[in-house]
Amino acid sequence: MRHQLFLQIGPVSFRIGSAWGEPLDRLARLYAGYPEPEAGLCDFTVRLEPEQPWRRWFRPSVAIRGDYILPDAAPLSLAHGLLAAEMGMNLQMALGQKRYLLLHAATVEKDGRAVILTGESGAGKSTLAALLGERGWRLMGDEFALLDMASGMLLPFPRAVSLKNGAIRVMEAEVEASRFGPLLAGTPKGDIRHMRPNRNALARMGEGARPALILFPRFGEAGAVRAVGRAEVFMRLTQASTNYVALGSRGFDSLNRLIAACPALAIDYPDTATAIGLVEDFRQELAA
Amino acid sequence: MRNARLLVRALRDPASLGDCDWNGLISVARAEQLIGSLAFRMAERSVPARVAAIFEAARHDAAQARNQALWEAEMARRALAPLGVPVILMKGTAFHAANLDASVGRSVGDLDIMVPHASLDDVEAALLQAGWEHVKDAEGYDDGYYRRWMHELPPLIHRSRDRMIDVHHTILPLTARPRPDAQALIDASLRLDSGLHILSPADILVHAAAHLFADGDLAGGLRNLWDIDRLLREFDSPDFRRSLEERARLHQLGPHVARALRLAHRLYGTPVDRVFAGRFSLADRLFEARLLARNGWGQDRRKPLRFAFYLRSHWLRMPPLMLARHLWVKWRRPAPLSAKGAAERKPAPPAIAT
Repeated sequence: MRHQLFLQIGPVSFRIGSAWGEPLDRLARLYAGYPEPEAGLCDFTVRLEPEQPWRRWFRPSVAIRGDYILPDAAPLSLAHGLLAAEMGMNLQMALGQKRYLLLHAATVEKDGRAVILTGESGAGKSTLAALLGERGWRLMGDEFALLDMASGMLLPFPRAVSLKNGAIRVMEAEVEASRFGPLLAGTPKGDIRHMRPNRNALARMGEGARPALILFPRFGEAGAVRAVGRAEVFMRLTQASTNYVALGSRGFDSLNRLIAACPALAIDYPDTATAIGLVEDFRQELAA
Repeated sequence: MRNARLLVRALRDPASLGDCDWNGLISVARAEQLIGSLAFRMAERSVPARVAAIFEAARHDAAQARNQALWEAEMARRALAPLGVPVILMKGTAFHAANLDASVGRSVGDLDIMVPHASLDDVEAALLQAGWEHVKDAEGYDDGYYRRWMHELPPLIHRSRDRMIDVHHTILPLTARPRPDAQALIDASLRLDSGLHILSPADILVHAAAHLFADGDLAGGLRNLWDIDRLLREFDSPDFRRSLEERARLHQLGPHVARALRLAHRLYGTPVDRVFAGRFSLADRLFEARLLARNGWGQDRRKPLRFAFYLRSHWLRMPPLMLARHLWVKWRRPAPLSAKGAAERKPAPPAIAT
């Protein structure tokens, strides 16, 4: 392809090809400081290509393709090409990643203990993880938690954090401007702005952590904490996993081991300050 | 070599491969649904660590795909057992059920079975009863077209397992010029311990060649030709060569099987009956080019050639007037059927935030 970029993110490497230069220029700026894959070898290939040959120039339309393809994925405008690249990487992980059990979850770590934050889209896990990542925790990832099936360790996958709508302003107040991508207004998911995790998160992207706690946060309710039984945790995590079924018995065994090793709590929180306080309290309890 | 030829070489002779464009090899193998087969072929070879890890995951994945395919076959067996008709597994599921060499690393999409034409109504009713559902609008043009002209029922999908089943009553559409002998296929089929059947070895080859060269536009052709290579190598003997030629003629598919032999020999170095296969022709060159029309990014190449084979696939299936009417109906529709069908075949992944 005309333009290409190689990215190593945690244990996973990507080759991204594009018919246009602009999306990859933006991607390279956003991912400044990430390592190159060793010897250029990649787990997945992502392609950004015109939906039809003439759509390279005429009303450019970016189709998201690659090793694994969703035939009905809608193309994006060239202005949202950066988002297309991000979605392309997500798609390869969701459809093609079979080395790790994948949970749709954010992960943060402190003192070697990892906390998994999972829940429906809009529950606020991304924002919460991003904030914790600026307040003494290490952000391991905001989109996918990678569980190594052999060791039971969580591996970091510190992609750029995808901030939506209200969360953009929250993080802009917290983080220096140079770590942000361009504001992508009017995407199918509203306004989106990507944010590069901090230096600590990048420097330690090769370092796994033992899972210690599973949280199901829910934004908007009055503060409440409820223990979640193992059967319910199991069901919720199978639903949050993109490859649980495809992994067969290995997926079942590692999910079981994860749940046996970690307490799980559902937390309702009215504002992020409350949530951060709760997560800190839990950490101190676990450490005690 | 930055295209599909690299994949062909890796499959044919893994030891001959030096340090190569691994990214390209993996992308092409994934696009051609051959990553599992490749991973097993490369298992003995030393490759860079990341590539080894990709192949190891692909081997795990293939084992899981095999389990699922065999389970799906067992589900169909249970649903259809009360009817007392032979249920013949076809294509990938048959390879796995009979433990053929062609099953090593072989991915399986849909479950393909063949039953006697007279039992189609009962089979369909039994499957609907057991949780399969129609994919297509039961009153629509497609449904009617399938029932009248195709070699299979309109596809069914299982409500909870989300897997498709194609129920065949012969191996080519009724509109195709060759008329395979469906009864002979059934009569020669072999019964497995499970009670399910597979086609006889020669008929398996004839079906594979028919599927590749007498039907369809050669999409996924490298995988189908790899099946043919593995089958020919496993079955090869003087008796088998004789019976293959006989069965090919019986099913009016002699030229198609001969072409399969020529191309398998050409690309994968398959040992074949050179007399029956005949000489590699100019037309064969076009087939070869079409089979290899993919670059190192996994992209489709040679769009005009691909389109020509797409047109050919329709030409093979239909007389001109019928083709005209068919294309008219299809082109008037807003959503192309093929894209919709493909989307329905993939289980939807959970919503992913962007």
